[in-house]
Amino acid sequence: MSLDTAPDLAPAPTIPLTHARLPRWAPALVAVVTIAAAGLLPLLLGWGFVAWVLVSVVLFIAGLTIWSAVVETRRSAIDRMVTSLVWTAFGIALVPLVSLLWTVISKGAPHVNGTFLTFSAFRTSLDQPIGIYHAIIGTLVITICAAVISVPTGIFAAIYLVEYGKGNKLARGITFLVDVMTGIPSIVAGLFAFSMFTAFFGAGYRAGIGGAVALSLLMIPIVVRSTEEMLRLVPNDLREAAYALGTPKWRTITKVVLRTSLGGIITGVTLATARIIGETAPLLLIAGLTTRTNTNPFDGFMTTVPVFIYSQFAKGTKADFDLAWGAALVLVVIVLLLNIAARVIGKIFAPKTGR
Amino acid sequence: MAKSIDVSDLNIYYGDFMAVEGVNMTIKAKSVTAFIGPSGCGKSTFLRSLNRMHEVIPGARVEGKVMVDGQSLYGANVDPVAVRRQIGMVFQRPNPFPTMSIYENVLAGNRLNAKKMKKNVADEIVERSLKGANLWNEVKDRLGRPGLGLSGGQQQRLCIARAIAVEPEVLLMDEPCSALDPISTSAVEDLIHELKSEYTIVIVTHNMQQAARVSDETGFFNLKAAGQPGHLVEFNSTQKMFANPDNPDTEAYISGRFG
Repeated sequence: MSLDTAPDLAPAPTIPLTHARLPRWAPALVAVVTIAAAGLLPLLLGWGFVAWVLVSVVLFIAGLTIWSAVVETRRSAIDRMVTSLVWTAFGIALVPLVSLLWTVISKGAPHVNGTFLTFSAFRTSLDQPIGIYHAIIGTLVITICAAVISVPTGIFAAIYLVEYGKGNKLARGITFLVDVMTGIPSIVAGLFAFSMFTAFFGAGYRAGIGGAVALSLLMIPIVVRSTEEMLRLVPNDLREAAYALGTPKWRTITKVVLRTSLGGIITGVTLATARIIGETAPLLLIAGLTTRTNTNPFDGFMTTVPVFIYSQFAKGTKADFDLAWGAALVLVVIVLLLNIAARVIGKIFAPKTGR
Repeated sequence: MAKSIDVSDLNIYYGDFMAVEGVNMTIKAKSVTAFIGPSGCGKSTFLRSLNRMHEVIPGARVEGKVMVDGQSLYGANVDPVAVRRQIGMVFQRPNPFPTMSIYENVLAGNRLNAKKMKKNVADEIVERSLKGANLWNEVKDRLGRPGLGLSGGQQQRLCIARAIAVEPEVLLMDEPCSALDPISTSAVEDLIHELKSEYTIVIVTHNMQQAARVSDETGFFNLKAAGQPGHLVEFNSTQKMFANPDNPDTEAYISGRFG
């Protein structure tokens, strides 16, 4: 095309930048109408609450999409439909969480009191008060022992994988085994600990430390994975900066790499602890069941809160159930506190920009 | 305390790939030496081989000789950590330690090596290094604030302060101004002029005006073809390089006819 010929100068039609929009209150109006319409079902046909909610949601999505398709553009209609679907999915995801918390709090809260928290389940006559003190102590001792075994092992393994292994055969093998370990059922970990302690200390050996070993089998892979992720996030620039100052590798790792990723590592460790604190099956096998308070992990049976809950349900009277619900609430609160602690610690140690 | 560097027949490899071939040069003490050349020609690789930072990358290795004041850097018993304590480095992107304050960042070279020092000695090192890096007046009231809170140009000068706080004999700079604005660049260039009296400085730059402004001698690196190793085309005084280079390729590059 030559540039000599004058282009056709017919004015181009203006492309509109606006189109018809539904009013801001449209979704609210559709919601009210559909909920009311679906409300006829329970009234006329005797359907239940769940059906009412389901029909309302389906009607709402269909109604809003069709209205939008008629008034607005096709793209707006799809946008409104997908937005509604995403909100619905979010609501569905919340249902079990809220319902679980509500059940545990409503059934457990009335039974949690000073006696409940400070008395063990050991009694010599039926009129003596009992509580879950022994189970709380058991949970704390076993979890702390498991953490003492798992945290150094896991962190050092992750340091090897990221800083020294760098994709060699051994590192790839360890990564594969860690992935496999993430998937082993907890009862298998319990059986492993059980048979190991039987082999070393003879048949019938039961102690809290066995439970801690079983739990550490479950905890180590989680600690390795989360620490590995955190160490990989540390920019290589920082390692090179430290090397260029004449810092040996091990000091670079301890003072720069670990220090920079400390917040994330602590968060990962805390979440791993929260994950294993609720384990029941392996502890039932190796730590045993007792009603007395035992603070020595190396000698004698030791009961944790989940095992206590399980044994209460096996007994089956109303009073036993009440104790179980109270213990469940205490367990949820412990996990919640651990999660909050993880967030706070993560914040404290996170690198600051100071702006 | 500045030292000269003699390089002879240096080949640098990444695994089987030869990145830089047959470099011979002598870098004079207490002078600024600049390396220029197109991207990927091995300037940075060569610079990193001068303080054994090259081998931090897995599979990287070096053949040939690098002598610093008569000592070979690649001898059998040479400790790379000891080499890096004498030959400091400033990187392309400012990389202050994010968990440390400005004060701690300057002292990082000493602290990371667990050197015990009295408070007044430490204060003195921090003040001298920050003054040396032209940063003291801007940060003297907020030494306890995180190093990441500074602007990009200030962060780069903080990194230079950190590098000179350990009193190296040679300072390597890998495109230290490529992430900076003209004002910060000018501050860093002034700094290079001042540091020249005490240190041997080697700088890689993509900016030929910068090479002409700051350096005493210039090396031009180039590739024969894509996939071929880079090599040193010409090494001469900066004045000669920019006025009347010996090699026609150098002249073509400097005058902007290629690259």
